[in-house]
Amino acid sequence: MKHTYPSLATLGREIKTQTNSSAALVEECLKQVLEKNGPMNGFITVCSDEALARAEEIDAAIAQGKDPGSLAGIPIAIKDNISTKGILTTCGSKILENYVPIFDATVVQKLTAAGAIVLGKTNMDEFAMGSSTENSFFGPTRNPLDPEKIPGGSSGGSAAVVGAGMAPVALGSDTGGSIRQPAACCGVVGIKPTYGRVSRYGLVAYGSSLDQIGPITTSVEDAALLLNVICGFDEMDATSSPEPVPDFTATLNKGVEGLRIGLPREYFAQGLDETVRARVMEAVDNLKAAGAQVVDISLPHTEYAVATYYIIATAEASSNLARYDGVKFGFRAKDVSTLKEMYRETRSQGFGAEVKRRIMLGTYVLSAGYYDAYYKKAQQVRTLITEDFTKAFSQCDCIVGPAMPTMPFNIGEKANDPLAMYLSDIYTISLNLAGLPGISVPFAREGDSMPVGVQVFGRAFDEATVLAVAQAMESSANP
Amino acid sequence: MTYETVIGLEIHAQLSTASKIFCGCTMDFGTEPNSQTCPICLGMPGTLPVLNKRVVEYAMRMALATQCAINTRSVFARKNYFYPDLPKGYQISQYDRPLCEKGFMEIEIHGARKRIGLTRIHIEEDAGKLIHDRSPTQSHVDLNRCGTPLIEIVSEPDLRSAEEAGEYFRKIHQILRYLDICDGNMEEGSLRCDANVSIRPVGETMLGTRTEMKNLNSFRNVERAIEFEIARQIAKKENGETIEQETLLWDAATGTSRSMRDKEDAHDYRYFPEPDLMELRIDDAWIEAVRSAMPELPDIRVNRFVRQFGIPEYDAAVLTENKLLADYYEKATMGSVNPKAVSNWVMTDVMRILNEQKILIKDLKIRPEGVAELVNAVEKGLISGKIAKTVFLEAVETGESPKAIIESKGLVQISDSAEIEKVAHQIIDANPAQVQQYKTGKKNVLGFFVGEAMKATKGKANPKIVNELLRKYLDG
Repeated sequence: MKHTYPSLATLGREIKTQTNSSAALVEECLKQVLEKNGPMNGFITVCSDEALARAEEIDAAIAQGKDPGSLAGIPIAIKDNISTKGILTTCGSKILENYVPIFDATVVQKLTAAGAIVLGKTNMDEFAMGSSTENSFFGPTRNPLDPEKIPGGSSGGSAAVVGAGMAPVALGSDTGGSIRQPAACCGVVGIKPTYGRVSRYGLVAYGSSLDQIGPITTSVEDAALLLNVICGFDEMDATSSPEPVPDFTATLNKGVEGLRIGLPREYFAQGLDETVRARVMEAVDNLKAAGAQVVDISLPHTEYAVATYYIIATAEASSNLARYDGVKFGFRAKDVSTLKEMYRETRSQGFGAEVKRRIMLGTYVLSAGYYDAYYKKAQQVRTLITEDFTKAFSQCDCIVGPAMPTMPFNIGEKANDPLAMYLSDIYTISLNLAGLPGISVPFAREGDSMPVGVQVFGRAFDEATVLAVAQAMESSANP
Repeated sequence: MTYETVIGLEIHAQLSTASKIFCGCTMDFGTEPNSQTCPICLGMPGTLPVLNKRVVEYAMRMALATQCAINTRSVFARKNYFYPDLPKGYQISQYDRPLCEKGFMEIEIHGARKRIGLTRIHIEEDAGKLIHDRSPTQSHVDLNRCGTPLIEIVSEPDLRSAEEAGEYFRKIHQILRYLDICDGNMEEGSLRCDANVSIRPVGETMLGTRTEMKNLNSFRNVERAIEFEIARQIAKKENGETIEQETLLWDAATGTSRSMRDKEDAHDYRYFPEPDLMELRIDDAWIEAVRSAMPELPDIRVNRFVRQFGIPEYDAAVLTENKLLADYYEKATMGSVNPKAVSNWVMTDVMRILNEQKILIKDLKIRPEGVAELVNAVEKGLISGKIAKTVFLEAVETGESPKAIIESKGLVQISDSAEIEKVAHQIIDANPAQVQQYKTGKKNVLGFFVGEAMKATKGKANPKIVNELLRKYLDG
């Protein structure tokens, strides 16, 4: 059974006016966790005692008339690849099964400073490599809407705990769709901000030029509120942007009147499930009815996006994951006698199959003699994909399409077919390559057992338009 | 057959910035292992590098000093390899788009100047250190050095002998010190050198197979190791063997080298652009700001010293050997009436004390103003050159100013002829036998009389006047 929370704005108001308390809210979450997490496996770590203690501190501060911040007393679930000081941060991997960071990620610092409370760390595909959360050393997460189905991935744990009501909001990370695709699977909202909008400091790197942290929530408004807190330049991240951060809640309800909405024809071609197509088109019709103008656009290099992504992301990953060598932290294989053996055994035993596959792929594409044919070529195609968007955005103000080509599949269904699995990111991946913002909003018709994720893409740093369109779509949806 | 040697050097210089290249850690040498570290230089998951601007400026200084072109856009790259002293599993370096390219430097070999091309100068981070002597079965890792900024200075294969290589390395060392960007301490590893060496028959234009020699941690070792390698390669060639491309480790203790790894297990470093750092962009304004803050370089200073102070080029070259010595000389000259005399003092007495006491010039108790006082006192005939030497030693010992020493000890020279006349007569009267010798033609007995006169005046008599008067009386 579904459990829902009032909006963050309402929760915040209730806690600040002491009609509700943070402690009561945390207890409500913990009760849901106790009831649901066993079978669903959304959390790897639950910080029950610490969260409750922190909630009581915040309640006490409020009682003393202090203002503990815009997210005072709100519990939040954090994907387990985001560094939390003193709290296990496993990345869903055996190799980090015992790794407790000594520092907080910038986003965690910002959330904590705004009064939010870390409720726990959520399950994920190992090192964010996957689209189903089946690649976790800690076992798969189940979809809150249907336990036989995958919750999507790699932020499947975050999407599932929000969808199931174990936490009002969560953070995920998105390298090729890892926020938007699980949000679509679990019937929640997930936004990937523009690359550089949110500091990556403390996000355990998978594909550094693609990774971005973002919120997973039950409403567009909650996502906007969280973005207000986590966005902004960070001197600890040289790739973070100095672009000013607007109040994303201020323009949420500006409507879509006169807005040009692009429908990329490549996103509605072969391979798209009919139900998904129907719901996306209904969502578009609703936007039209609300005054938006629909434009047919083309993103001609879409067909190369998946291949390009799997070269660039794995190349970066092969280097990013070199530090897990058993020397300094994490798992170290036992009974080894030489350095080479320690490296080989630690990494062979510590990484799962998909991670090893991607490390090998990435190592290969960077190897002498292959670099030009693969990595360099992929970077060139990446430029073409980015240019596709630049051209498209001269014809429209935002782009709408499906988040996933199909409805969520069953757990185990594609486990032995990595290529089929990779294709489930076909509509999300281009956005990471271009560094643009995108959101997935659930959209359903009366009687649907599962909603469809509808995506909205925007121009770089124009999360405001993305959110406004998503908000218009959300208010016209029928979940 | 006669062979020509072809040598290129790769020099790594640690930059003496206040903090590391990608984090805020300090870098004091010899501190507790792993005490100068943070999550970033330890490569903890999720950490990111942020470039220290001073590192770029230091590298730009070296580029400007060696006539390199500074690229307005350069790119950091990851060099991937596994080693326990490399916590991230990759070194952040620069690869196909380095900061600086195509420069040159002049060295002097047997009086002739030779231009040595610089291929590139790039920025990178240093790795940590492995410690093997704490336990018989385990190795320890000290990551204090991780993230220390380095520049790698790569020469063209323009060097033709061990001597040229040594001279080039000295010159690089000198410039780094002048620019105040590297302390140049080879024992602590602040400056390291690898040599690529090959030989070919004279007249041949193709390069021979090269070997790379590592661990050349002194000027002397660079020369010895290269000599050794040249001889080894020639011997192989003469025996009809082929020279393998390999990496060799120089052992200074035995004066030999051994193979580290051969081409078989050569690394594929899988360089690719570092996605955590933006392209490094440098505009003209930044280059100009660095240029305007550049200190005067040794070659230019030599010329100026010759021109401005009228000292021989040899003196100017010795005095400008290092920046602090040159500064010392220049300061002393400013207060004195005779720049050549100052040069003599600095080149002989000052440098002898530095060598004998193994101290740095900044710790020398006699300051440049003191040397100026000494020179002036001699020039004005206030004290003799001999007295000046004792005053100098006392100033070195006590740190008192020479002027004060001369006054307090009453060392001012006697130039009053009447007084010296009196002493001269006394000595002539007291030594009739020697007078007799002089008169019979043994003119060198004059030295005896001068010595006696100086003894009687405790060295204070003006030796010129003593000479004149004694000769006058003895001859008269």
